[in-house]
Amino acid sequence: MHPAPSVIVFSVLSGMGFGLLAYLGVGLVHLSGWLAFMWWGLGYGLAIIGLLAATLHLANPKNALKAFSQWRSSWLSREAIAAVATLVVLAPVALSDWLTLGWPRQIGLLGAALAVFTVFTTSMIYTQIKAVPRWNHWSNPVMFLAFCLTGGAVLALQPFAGYALAGLAPLLWWVWHIGDQQFGLRAQTLGTATGLDRIGDVTVFEQAHTAGNYLLREMIFVVARKHVVRLRLIAVGLASVGPALLLVLLPHHPVVFGAAALCHLVGALAARWLFFAQAEHVVGLYYGKRQGFDVG
Amino acid sequence: MTTLPATTVKKLGLVIDLDTCVGCQACVTACKGWNDQGYGALLSDQDPYGANPSGTFLNRVHSYAVQPPEGAAQIINFPRSCLHCEDAPCVTVCPTGASYKRAEDGIVLVNEDACMGCGLCAWACPYGAREMDADAGVMKKCTLCVDRIYNDNLPEADREPACVRGCPTGARHFGDFADPGSAVSTLSAARGGYALMPDLGTRPTNRYLPPRKKDMRQDASLLAPLLDIQATGFAGWLDRLLGKI
Amino acid sequence: MTVQPKINLSPPVSDEVRKTTCYMCACRCGIDVHLKSGPDGKDRVSYIEGNRDHPINKGVLCAKGASGIMQVTAPSRLRAPLRRVGPRGSGAFEEISWDEALQTAVDWMKPLRETAPEKLAFFTGRDQSQSFTGWWAQAYGTPNYAAHGGFCSVNMAAAGIYTIGGAFWEFGQPDWERTKLFVLFGVAEDHDSNPIKIGLGKLKERGCRVIGVNPIRTGYNAVADDWIGITPGTDGLLILSLIHCLLVAGKIDLDYLAKFTNAPLLVVDTGPDKGMIAKNAESQPFVIDRRTGMPAPWDGRGVQPDLGAVYGGNRTVFQHMAERYLSPDYAPEAVADRCGIAAVRIHALAAELAQVAFDQAIVLDQPWTDFRGDTHENMPGRPVSFHAMRGISAHSNGFQTARALHLLQIILGTVEVPGGYRLKPPYPKPMEAHPTPHFVTAPGKPLSGPHLGYVRGPENLALHEDGTAVRIDKAFTWENPFSAHGMMHMVIPNAHAGNPYRIDTLFLYMANMAWNSSMNSAAVMDMLTDTGPDGEYVIPRIIYSDAYASEMVAYADLILPDTTYLERHDCISLLDRPISEPGAAGDSIRWPVVEPDRPGHAGVRPFQSVLLDLGVRLGLAPMVNPDGSPKFKDYADYIVNHIRRPGVGPLMGFRGADGNQEGRGDANPNQLAAYVENGGFYQAHVPDNAAFYKPWNAAYQDWAVKTSFFETPQPYLFSIWSEPMRKFQAAAEGVGFVQPPDHLREQLKVAMDPLPTWYPPFGDAAAAEFPLHAITQRPMDMYHSWGSQNAWLRQIRGKNYLYVPTKVWRANGFEPGDYARVTSPSGEITVPVAHMAALNENTVWTWNAIGKRKGAWALDNCATEATEGFLLNHLISELLPDRGDGRRISNSDPVTGQAAWFDLRVKIERVGPQGHAEPSFAPLPRVVPKGDKR
Ligand SMILES: Nc1nc2c(c(=O)[nH]1)N[C@H]1C(S)=C(S)[C@@H](COP(=O)(O)OP(=O)(O)OC[C@H]3O[C@@H](n4cnc5c(=O)[nH]c(N)nc54)[C@H](O)[C@@H]3O)O[C@H]1N2
Ligand SMILES: Nc1nc2c(c(=O)[nH]1)N[C@H]1C(S)=C(S)[C@@H](COP(=O)(O)OP(=O)(O)OC[C@H]3O[C@@H](n4cnc5c(=O)[nH]c(N)nc54)[C@H](O)[C@@H]3O)O[C@H]1N2
Ligand code: SF4
Ligand code: SF4
Ligand code: SF4
Ligand code: SF4
Ligand code: SF4
Ligand SMILES: [Mo]
Repeated sequence: MHPAPSVIVFSVLSGMGFGLLAYLGVGLVHLSGWLAFMWWGLGYGLAIIGLLAATLHLANPKNALKAFSQWRSSWLSREAIAAVATLVVLAPVALSDWLTLGWPRQIGLLGAALAVFTVFTTSMIYTQIKAVPRWNHWSNPVMFLAFCLTGGAVLALQPFAGYALAGLAPLLWWVWHIGDQQFGLRAQTLGTATGLDRIGDVTVFEQAHTAGNYLLREMIFVVARKHVVRLRLIAVGLASVGPALLLVLLPHHPVVFGAAALCHLVGALAARWLFFAQAEHVVGLYYGKRQGFDVG
Repeated sequence: MTTLPATTVKKLGLVIDLDTCVGCQACVTACKGWNDQGYGALLSDQDPYGANPSGTFLNRVHSYAVQPPEGAAQIINFPRSCLHCEDAPCVTVCPTGASYKRAEDGIVLVNEDACMGCGLCAWACPYGAREMDADAGVMKKCTLCVDRIYNDNLPEADREPACVRGCPTGARHFGDFADPGSAVSTLSAARGGYALMPDLGTRPTNRYLPPRKKDMRQDASLLAPLLDIQATGFAGWLDRLLGKI
Repeated sequence: MTVQPKINLSPPVSDEVRKTTCYMCACRCGIDVHLKSGPDGKDRVSYIEGNRDHPINKGVLCAKGASGIMQVTAPSRLRAPLRRVGPRGSGAFEEISWDEALQTAVDWMKPLRETAPEKLAFFTGRDQSQSFTGWWAQAYGTPNYAAHGGFCSVNMAAAGIYTIGGAFWEFGQPDWERTKLFVLFGVAEDHDSNPIKIGLGKLKERGCRVIGVNPIRTGYNAVADDWIGITPGTDGLLILSLIHCLLVAGKIDLDYLAKFTNAPLLVVDTGPDKGMIAKNAESQPFVIDRRTGMPAPWDGRGVQPDLGAVYGGNRTVFQHMAERYLSPDYAPEAVADRCGIAAVRIHALAAELAQVAFDQAIVLDQPWTDFRGDTHENMPGRPVSFHAMRGISAHSNGFQTARALHLLQIILGTVEVPGGYRLKPPYPKPMEAHPTPHFVTAPGKPLSGPHLGYVRGPENLALHEDGTAVRIDKAFTWENPFSAHGMMHMVIPNAHAGNPYRIDTLFLYMANMAWNSSMNSAAVMDMLTDTGPDGEYVIPRIIYSDAYASEMVAYADLILPDTTYLERHDCISLLDRPISEPGAAGDSIRWPVVEPDRPGHAGVRPFQSVLLDLGVRLGLAPMVNPDGSPKFKDYADYIVNHIRRPGVGPLMGFRGADGNQEGRGDANPNQLAAYVENGGFYQAHVPDNAAFYKPWNAAYQDWAVKTSFFETPQPYLFSIWSEPMRKFQAAAEGVGFVQPPDHLREQLKVAMDPLPTWYPPFGDAAAAEFPLHAITQRPMDMYHSWGSQNAWLRQIRGKNYLYVPTKVWRANGFEPGDYARVTSPSGEITVPVAHMAALNENTVWTWNAIGKRKGAWALDNCATEATEGFLLNHLISELLPDRGDGRRISNSDPVTGQAAWFDLRVKIERVGPQGHAEPSFAPLPRVVPKGDKR
């Protein structure tokens, strides 16, 4: 799948943002005054920047509002609603923290739940797609939620953040490993896609068109195997190992958290780029473009 | 509306005969021509005379090489357009309700007035049947020529998809699969029509007719010589032959 | 939310539909052009679909036809007459007015006509008005006129005419409704594009068997039930071997041979007339009647010709034929290796042919009377049919191969019978009913008669007393005696070499001679720009009419821009290449369904009208009234009012003052309106009792006379033994006064064999060093060079590869993305390769004419067509290598002069990945701006 920057930025930032909001909502970080303003602001900021980035990906944004209408069937619609709901529900809590109004915080728990649920809906947008076997697996939501909670923990200056981050590394390897097998497990080939396997081995003789088209741009992204290996190492290093070491070895000073957060962010972006770039859509079969990475 | 109708009255779709398709691409441009002035936004082309042209087409014809276990390799041409699936994932994923399946005939359409161009439906389609138009920013797909098949402004005979009307070999057939007696149902049954990637659970309506067996050495008994020409010579052959008249 | 949006299921389709004829190829399908008026109130083409009522396409369209809208709006359309200002080939032009353009042309042509008319050479390519352009050239008086048939498929036309009085090409077709077995030799697409596809569809519907004989398995051959991946150039052998098998088994139609072919005629055994058909006192051929054992007229009533007769020491054609092909040289085992086909497959194919022809014979319950006056209560049919085209014709042995295929049809008794191969009126038509070539010139006078024709013997050759060629293309000479379509591919090389002589003005129409339609394109470009010692161009003047910014445009001195096919009148005439069906003669028109508009420029004019205008300015008799005023206002006027023979004009329909006469009748001023009314075409239906056995069917002969094809009935016998050919062979053996040059005697003895024969294609001489055959195919979605300017089509096929068979692919260690150096005896190209398994193991191939020259067709210089796309033409020489006698003859069939495109031999080596194909030429400066939006 084509790794569109807008979608990568959106899902990573909003993921972290909603993660932070969750911690704030639960009250694991309980700040007040301008500190509260800054932290809530960071959470809201990330979440909102993320959502805005997502609209950049729309070819026809003027209809974006209609996206709230199909919650019955569409995970994307549910995400939109959940995201907004989260932001609304947490608003009074944020307000009371900032202005130290001392309002009851129970509603924060609901907001936190919504925040996590929002990230879950995001993950389901991809997980539901049977046509992309790598995504179509329960490990996928696990991965999204893991990023959400660790990233959030770092931003929320949680003491356990370092260990959470450390846990990401094996998780990522495991998700990639699972993912690498999915296409094969679905046993879809050019032969089954065309039904011509009933005759013999099928290969592409001539492409349907020598010119480019939307499918080739959007759904058929070819990335070199060695590239993938390198990026996986970078992603794990920056998203997990690096920041984990920082937080475990260095004193828990906000600056250290800041550094760890930035490092994690870059790693998360790399991981998310891979999430798309490695994902193969079955339509690639019709173009003879199945490549497969058994590198996990 | 994005939820799928429980059932549809008709199940309109295409039968594509892979034994007959010569890969002439006529259905590709017939489709382009009709839909470039028909349903919704026209099918734009970017850089049409340049180095990297790229345009929107609703129907593409591939050409595959197939090597049977024994015998010569074959070339099989393979048209690919929307299969108007009964469990159309492209519909259920749509957040805006722009993608929908018509309850009356099962045609899967995009309501361009509602489409926000997120592309998710194209991701959800396993068959690459949807192409986002780069100019209009809305999702385009085979409409099964919904603006032809019921069109009172067209003569009865022309109320069929442009690609079917245009196919020179008659390899494309249009009809109602809900009616077991319809031409498409019987043809598909007779020739072993199959659906593409059924295990993805999309339940396509369109059917593909498999190519007939090829390169079967004729078992027509080899010709028996009239007589032993070597022995009788030409004259003998001639007498035997003309004696027959 | 469960509401479905309301959508308009009955949108208006268009404001108006105009029915005319497609011209994105020569198939000439009927189209419904939908028009909507644009903001400026002008009509715009909004949609094009097939005309359901049209006899050719019955409503369907091919990929090209359905993209016509992109052709009429193409940015490559020329906009005004152009005069060269810079050096030739530099593409530097200035736009001039039509008056200037026409005056310039006249200033060049008039003096020539008054001194040496042959110094004007007028050749046309995709021309579909040859009866008109030929008429013009005849009136001008130059012998140097022909259309593109010589480099196209004249082998098909000539072999057919000389053998069965009709040809493959689009001049006949299988009886699609009744045939049970269809064998296709060397066809990728052909002119009858849609009819063949419709026909194949019918066969598939009925589950009939289709067999494809072709080195490449794509398209029609991909859907064939059996594929015979023959080695190029060996079809003749395969066919003669099938004939051998059928003869050995006695599976031949003796009755058909005896009644309808020259098999029972006697061949003179000795003496000066050796090999001629024996004639009686009235110099009529005769047969031996089985009832009496005595001579009887070949067309005598009740006569039962004896195939086994020997009379006066002369044996029948049948015996000569049978003896020839019974020879073990033609046994499957003897030809298998050479053809690349296992002997058992040849045996099996012969068996299948016999089985269907004889065991599955059919009978039409339709009484008829033959030309002898004998009546038959029904029409027996043999449901085996064949079609063949350039795969056999574009070789130097193509004429004889095509003859062999017709012989196979004949011995199976499957021509003009139900289930077999049916000719389309005005065919069948015996060779004798065609004119001979005319070439006698006189300053200021018209030519002695029509240029092109069918040679009966050496006496008809277009030679001067000193034996030199009269025509610039050397058609109708000993090198290629039967060059019935001329030899367009030799015009530029001969004119450049001044051999046979120099010309002054080269006048080309609709032929991209500086690119895809020439052999050795690079050299041709040099010839066009070459200057003599005096600094003058060797070919002093070039006038060209094109509608688009093709490669050729850059090489002309004067451009006469034509309209596109929706902007003009055209006439698809029975005098020319009509749109008949076996059951109906048909002709049609194009008419301006949209106005030509080239805002801000002098504009374009229909070439035919321009030609008439030039004729008037030149004072050509048939085009001017006694008072010097134009006889025809324009081409439309000509179509209606030109009279070829009394009562016969370009169009057969709606003739006579009140428009109710068919075939014959006075001009009808409302004829074109009537055609438009009728959907752009007209059909004259063959009566049921005349629908089959046409050459011998009295009812058909009478209908043909009534419908104006002949003045008198022309029944004839199929020609298994060709007397005209024997005359040339005899001359080569030293018989007769008109004698060939010695260096051609051996070639003539072999090539002019009166019985179908096979000899290796000349290209095989290079086989030792160049082991591979290299050929091209027509893409179904492109028309030669002119499809790439089409915004839709070029997205489908914007580049081509050289397809390489598995054996060669492995041997060279090719990888996807590789390029290869491909070398022929005469050139070298470096091109992208791709693997193809369904391919003859000694053959490489590519799609024809995808490669484009930078700067042409209003495409970007970086368009893939111009960077990675390529032509094989650079590898094909128009001359054969010197055979050691210092002479180089043209790379053509020695009988007809058909360009031997597919004789090409190459070797190939890997060069690895690279960005662009070679040779790559400097960009042509643009005559129209590069296309931007559509
Ligand atoms: N290697 C190889 N070369 C081949 C062949 C092959 O099989 N292999 N095939 C050969 C054969 S059979 C043929 S017939 C030739 C065909 O080759 P050409 O006869 O050259 O045919 P095109 O290139 O299609 O078109 C000729 C010109 O007609 C112009 N044209 C198009 N429409 C109009 C119009 O309405 N009016 C005017 N005035 N001009 C118009 C086009 O712009 C183009 O420049 O190619 C030959 N060349
Ligand atoms: N779409 C489209 N239609 C066209 C044209 C076009 O450019 N595009 N051009 C028109 C013109 S001008 C012409 S002349 C006709 C030509 O129509 P075709 O005769 O179909 O011409 P080609 O495409 O050259 O196909 C030649 C076929 O012969 C095969 N072949 C080559 N050598 C041999 C051989 O030795 N033996 C056998 N058995 N097969 C062989 C090739 O593989 C190829 O399939 O098409 C006309 N129709
Ligand atoms: S038009 Fe018919 S034959 Fe041609 S590619 Fe399409 S389906 Fe195949
Ligand atoms: S083919 Fe694709 S677009 Fe068409 S209905 Fe099925 S899933 Fe949707
Ligand atoms: S692109 Fe349009 S139709 Fe497709 S899912 Fe998005 S909104 Fe729905
Ligand atoms: S049915 Fe209509 S829209 Fe669908 S592929 Fe055919 S022509 Fe195109
Ligand atoms: S075959 Fe195609 S291009 Fe040729 S005339 Fe017919 S529709 Fe037009
Ligand atoms: Mo041709």
